[in-house]
Amino acid sequence: MGSVTREIRRKTPEELLRECQAEETAAKKGHLKIFLGYASGVGKSFRMLDEARRRRERGQDVVVGAIQPQVPPESKALLNNLEVIPLKQVDNGTAIDLETLIRRHPVVCFIDGLAYNNPPGLRNPTRWQDVQELLNAGIKVIASINIQYVAELQKEVEAITGKHVSETVPVSFIKSADEIEIVDAPPEEPMDRPPEEQAEAQKREQRLSRLRELALVLAADVVDHQLNEYLECHGLKQQFGANERILVCITPRANMQEMMEMAQIIAQRFHGELTVAYVNQPNISSVDQAALDARLAIASAAGAHVEILEGDNPADILLDFARSRGITQLFVGHSQRAGISRLWGSPIEKLIRDSRGMDVRVFPQ
Amino acid sequence: MTEQQRGKLKIFMGYAAGVGKTYKMLEEAQELKGSGVDIVVGYFEPHGRQYTIAKSDGLETIPRKRIDYRGSAFEEMDTEAILVRRPQACAVDEFPHTNVPGSSRGKRWEDVQVLLDAGIDVLTTMNIQHLESLNDQVWNISGVRVRETVPDWVVQQADEVVMVDLTPRALLHRLQRGVVYERGKAEQALQKFFRESTLVALRELALRQAAHEVEHRISNGQTLVGSGTDVAAHPKKHHRILVLVTANPKTAMAIRRAKRMGDFLGAECFAVTVQPSGDLSGLPEEDREAIERHLNFARNLHIEARILEGEDVASAVVDFARRNQVTQIFVTRPRGWSSLTALARDPVQKIIGLAKDMQIVIVSDREPVAR
Repeated sequence: MGSVTREIRRKTPEELLRECQAEETAAKKGHLKIFLGYASGVGKSFRMLDEARRRRERGQDVVVGAIQPQVPPESKALLNNLEVIPLKQVDNGTAIDLETLIRRHPVVCFIDGLAYNNPPGLRNPTRWQDVQELLNAGIKVIASINIQYVAELQKEVEAITGKHVSETVPVSFIKSADEIEIVDAPPEEPMDRPPEEQAEAQKREQRLSRLRELALVLAADVVDHQLNEYLECHGLKQQFGANERILVCITPRANMQEMMEMAQIIAQRFHGELTVAYVNQPNISSVDQAALDARLAIASAAGAHVEILEGDNPADILLDFARSRGITQLFVGHSQRAGISRLWGSPIEKLIRDSRGMDVRVFPQ
Repeated sequence: MTEQQRGKLKIFMGYAAGVGKTYKMLEEAQELKGSGVDIVVGYFEPHGRQYTIAKSDGLETIPRKRIDYRGSAFEEMDTEAILVRRPQACAVDEFPHTNVPGSSRGKRWEDVQVLLDAGIDVLTTMNIQHLESLNDQVWNISGVRVRETVPDWVVQQADEVVMVDLTPRALLHRLQRGVVYERGKAEQALQKFFRESTLVALRELALRQAAHEVEHRISNGQTLVGSGTDVAAHPKKHHRILVLVTANPKTAMAIRRAKRMGDFLGAECFAVTVQPSGDLSGLPEEDREAIERHLNFARNLHIEARILEGEDVASAVVDFARRNQVTQIFVTRPRGWSSLTALARDPVQKIIGLAKDMQIVIVSDREPVAR
């Protein structure tokens, strides 16, 4: 479950600055809004088309560019009052009618179902790339997608559903959305079923719950990304701590196992981010260097971002770094099992003393 | 005669006023009514919102109870009247609401417990800001210290928690169009909870919490469904958390943080204070009151709270922790830790030195930015 978080990790200020600048230059790109659901039947299409109706009633120029093959009756009623540009029929399938849509150039275009592959021979292999072209043409797009079709989540989704899907949308595209809205409804409870169906129904409900969790976490990660961009672009140095961000500080002799174990559990349970940092020390022995390399390899394998920091004063360097990344929990090893007298004035003590705004977790070594 | 089944609780959770929680709740009430369920509205706060008011059309509403307090009349949900009416289900707005003094129960969520105990299903609404364990984060995000909170265990009892989502931009539009509040109040709201960055952060908090609620229900499996009993997750590695209670006002924060960690790790929590006499009688009044308040606060969150007898705080705490297989000790950041004398008096250093086999968490304010 940590993999999405890793994809959408918190960016460095430099990266964000570049993005802010890029955004300013790409001025007129269309606005993208995504309705995210976790299963078919949660009501994404209805919510989306209902928004189309409301916009139309407010006098906006609204067009529907794609609808699902099967339209439930309540959505059908909404469609009756909307302008629909039907899918284009080509030799071996259908695709959105990009040329017509761009020529028609509505203010808002609704695309129900982002995750479709286009039939071979068209300009773009997938529908989301077609949507990208609509956006580039300055058309606002409101689209829907199911969590099952996010490319980077395929491993998790397959583990839950046992099914492989071949039509996916990359998380980077979803991340690029200006707005994301989750359509949440808990799975229906199996009531009054014959006992032989009870177990199957419960399994189904569990599967749906797991997908629902994936969707909520993805939406939270996208929102986190938007928040950081917003803050950085407005020059705000604010840390909200809505997401847990853990920094594990290591040394060549750190007993890393317990620290990493705990850090991974917390990062996973809180759907947070995990970073491991080491402050470079001069004249390190080859034995220590090997030990350190091994530790950093463990950290990478565990999915942590690894940072090697430079500077003379480890405690200050770590704290500066932690602040710049919005760290909420700092993990440190209690070096050499110091007694009380050894703690006072030690780097650990300094870390504890100066780490305002973060929790410090001291580990036995 | 069959045993009384506890009612089911469904919470519509949002991240701000105006996202559509009440609307969603009433919509579901209408659907239930349409499918033949005997449902009433126990309490509904219209806030003058016409779309929401329209959604309550045709639903039977139990009249509110009038309570006089200090010469003014207040209206609260009439729980007793609902019990007499005995519907199958009841819609109750504003779960975290505090009742006016003189009401039968202090909090609306306590009224809801009574309805659930009577076998009535309840639909209710709340914002993420009111969840006790998020109190500090919400303060950090919004600069507002929310006073009306609901303990996490109450929300965990819910059979379903639905996230009512709306993008902050759409919410701000609603606010500007006057859908949520009338003018003056809207401007006031825009100052506090309704800045875009605040809304985005609260929304992130709500989404993560909703994900956690889902996971919590998965890991508790079917035992939770409809049982409404206390929940205990079974982690692979057993963690136990101890939080040290002192008169330091930051103790409440340490308790919240420890409890939240405990809930996410599936760990049991204890809260202890150490006193030479084994009780609080010898303390200055101010300290005694603070410690009592903290111990009660812990108990309200379903944390076992005790007073330990001992001359030395650090040794008593570590000794208790070791005897009870505690793996993590939560303490507040020492006050004025920059001075050596304050340091010598504070037990944190000594606890770190003594508890060589445990993790020590020094809890810090997630400081709100000056506004």
